[in-house]
Amino acid sequence: MSKKLIPVKAEEPKAESVLREIMSGDPVRIGLSILLGFIIGAVFMVVFSEDVVDSWSQFGADPNYALSTVWWTLQDGYGALFSGSIYNLNADNFIDGIRPLTETLRFAAPLVMAGLGVALTFRVGLFNIGATGQIMVGLAGATFISTRVELPQILHMLLAVMVAVLCAAVWGIIVGILKARFGAHEVIVTIMMNYVATSLFTFFLREPAFLLEANGGGTPKSDQPADTARLGKLLGPEFNLHYGLIIAVLSVVAYWWLMERSTFGFRFRMVGHNASAAKAAGIKVENTFIWALAISAGFSGLAAANQALSIDGGLTTSIEAGIGFDAITVALLGGSRAGGVVLAGLLFGAFKAGASSMQVAGVSPEVLGVVKALIVLFIAAPPIIRAIYRLPKPGPKMLEAVKKTEKAGK
Amino acid sequence: MGKIEVTPGMFSQAELKPSLKASISMAVIGLIVLLGFGVFGKTGDVRFVWSEKQELIKLPDWTVNSMTLCISVGVILLLLAAVSLFWNRMNRITPIWLTVVYGFFAIMALLGWLATGAPQGVQMVFILSNTIVLAIPLILGGMAGIMSERVGVVNIAIEGQLLTGAFVSSVVGTITGNLYVGMIAAMVAAGLLSMVLASLAIKYLVEQIIIGVLLNVLVIGITNFLHSAWVDKDRANLNFPGTFEKLPIPVLSDIPIIGQALFDNRITVYLMFLIVPILWYVLFRTKLGLRARSVGEHPLAADTVGINVAKTRFWWVTLGGMVAGLGGAALTIGNVGSFGREMSGGQGFIALAVVILGRWQPIYVTLGALLFGFTIILRVWANQVSPGIPVDFITMVPYLVTLIAVAGFAGKVRPPAASGQPYVKG
Repeated sequence: MSKKLIPVKAEEPKAESVLREIMSGDPVRIGLSILLGFIIGAVFMVVFSEDVVDSWSQFGADPNYALSTVWWTLQDGYGALFSGSIYNLNADNFIDGIRPLTETLRFAAPLVMAGLGVALTFRVGLFNIGATGQIMVGLAGATFISTRVELPQILHMLLAVMVAVLCAAVWGIIVGILKARFGAHEVIVTIMMNYVATSLFTFFLREPAFLLEANGGGTPKSDQPADTARLGKLLGPEFNLHYGLIIAVLSVVAYWWLMERSTFGFRFRMVGHNASAAKAAGIKVENTFIWALAISAGFSGLAAANQALSIDGGLTTSIEAGIGFDAITVALLGGSRAGGVVLAGLLFGAFKAGASSMQVAGVSPEVLGVVKALIVLFIAAPPIIRAIYRLPKPGPKMLEAVKKTEKAGK
Repeated sequence: MGKIEVTPGMFSQAELKPSLKASISMAVIGLIVLLGFGVFGKTGDVRFVWSEKQELIKLPDWTVNSMTLCISVGVILLLLAAVSLFWNRMNRITPIWLTVVYGFFAIMALLGWLATGAPQGVQMVFILSNTIVLAIPLILGGMAGIMSERVGVVNIAIEGQLLTGAFVSSVVGTITGNLYVGMIAAMVAAGLLSMVLASLAIKYLVEQIIIGVLLNVLVIGITNFLHSAWVDKDRANLNFPGTFEKLPIPVLSDIPIIGQALFDNRITVYLMFLIVPILWYVLFRTKLGLRARSVGEHPLAADTVGINVAKTRFWWVTLGGMVAGLGGAALTIGNVGSFGREMSGGQGFIALAVVILGRWQPIYVTLGALLFGFTIILRVWANQVSPGIPVDFITMVPYLVTLIAVAGFAGKVRPPAASGQPYVKG
């Protein structure tokens, strides 16, 4: 290899290499990806807006009108997204104005928690798409405690959260054992475990002995969680935001400490970088896999507790709301780091919060699904975004390192 | 095909070592049938209905006591388990036909037990034909999985390819008024999606699993958006293609039981009948297939003997996508008759599982897909004939079977060696 590397031009002006570093570095690329995602989303909105199509069919007659419909459509769409997720400019008072932001936080909390779980496994070099199943069993566990057990305030809630985490962790450990002891690929195992969990969850919801509501009809649905187990409102009755946000913040801190400061996390990262090197260094890679999947599932369990203990009315199969799948995109977008996952969770939480006001404004909120997918796709596949913006490739760091060692050798 | 199976590295099955696990699980299931369904089972009669309507040869219904049936089947299953055990002691692998025969008897006992006392009896034609129709997307998705994994590219995007095929075939079929055009458009669209996967994975070396997952998310996003913002606003002119007509094959469709289920179908089913054996033949009997498999097993060696690894991979993945697109078309214009949001409902992921269950071999994959198709219809049917049965556990069975298979209980499952690994020409 090194023979091939030498003829490449090694002398590079310093300024250019710094620029190169910034341009190909993560923040700029992520920003450009998000921008491009929104631009393509705008194209989708405009092309499939009836007003725009009508006005453009008579473009010659009234070009100004045709152009303005494009603007209106975008204003309706992204304007509604803003006022539905950040600040409602049409509100009469501050409380109504700021409510969208608290909704964003409420939607972001479970995404962040589950996202942290997926992120953890990414850093161990595992591709875990099992958050959906882990959330399902977590939901079942938390709801069983919150509807079938009587305990004093706070204690009840804590127990429900713990049981959710434990149930989810068991689901993760099964994956870990199948992976570590039997060599099964975690992608397939987690997909299958998702389906098993979904069936199990529906079964529990149907069974009077487990979760079915006391005076229920035919539909699989649980009772409302007992008041003692509910996550209380964080900012008073004016807002829907509840204590799940606090759990989310705590789990972010825990994740950061675990991954960046603890020996445990060091082991995780080491296995993720190079499993055989880690093995040579005396780390039990198999056990690390099991631990990682268990803790990762625990984070999903927190997301499950957040969902199960905050709903009004009973639990149904729809409460999972695609969080488990979104968690994958959150982890990818957040680069598997605590801060990144928080930002990604906030962005997708804003998408969820803004969807209803987009619906009201007459723009299909489904366009956000396209935007979301594109953003993460661009970030996960750097070549696309580099080709579109004609960004330079990452600087030849490796070449410089090779050159230095060669000079030192001489 | 016996000759090929023992050639090392050609078939994943060549890695199989005789193991007691399979025989033991056969014996356990046999005991469950004998005791659970038979000795301690339901009393009462069960009626097997072999013919639905006017076949030329009409078989009479067969009524039998549920206990007698299940006890005798249980004994047969235990005997088969003993045969398998005997072969095992002789250091031979239990042949696939034994498993198929075993599966047939086990299913008969299950159906009989479920339908005991039910007035409609066991409607064999209904169950069989629905099994096949429901399995088509899984089979074709599975073929797509085989075609890309055999050349070393993991294709998680089957779900997206199915959904693309379903959407495009429905919309194009409605707009043009010609379902065949819709079907071809579906294949082209899914093929294009596959090209994205292929070029990102092969040329740009992006992590294949991540790309696959994200392409799924993207297709779900786009089809959801187009469905609500465009198609759903004018359903009659955009999303109302109807289905292909049934084309009964003369004579063959009059065979009792299997005639109607196999030979009175839509073109999508017949295409599946063609694609599966052709793929098997090409993969295991032609130079083309040998080259493809060598790329998936050892790309460096393939490159050394002059095979263009990148090109081989690109075209196999693309063709695979087209097959999956046909599977998507089978969902809409081959079955339901219009597109619904996220209508593939995870079938692409099930197809992935089926590929592993069937050990990357088209015929076995088809059998695995039929198992899944069977459980889907069994859930519906069991709810009718014997209400109160926990159907969720029936739903769970194929997933558990897959888990057991990937965990190595049913023999060592070995994927193509270079699956998921990018190849950089050195």
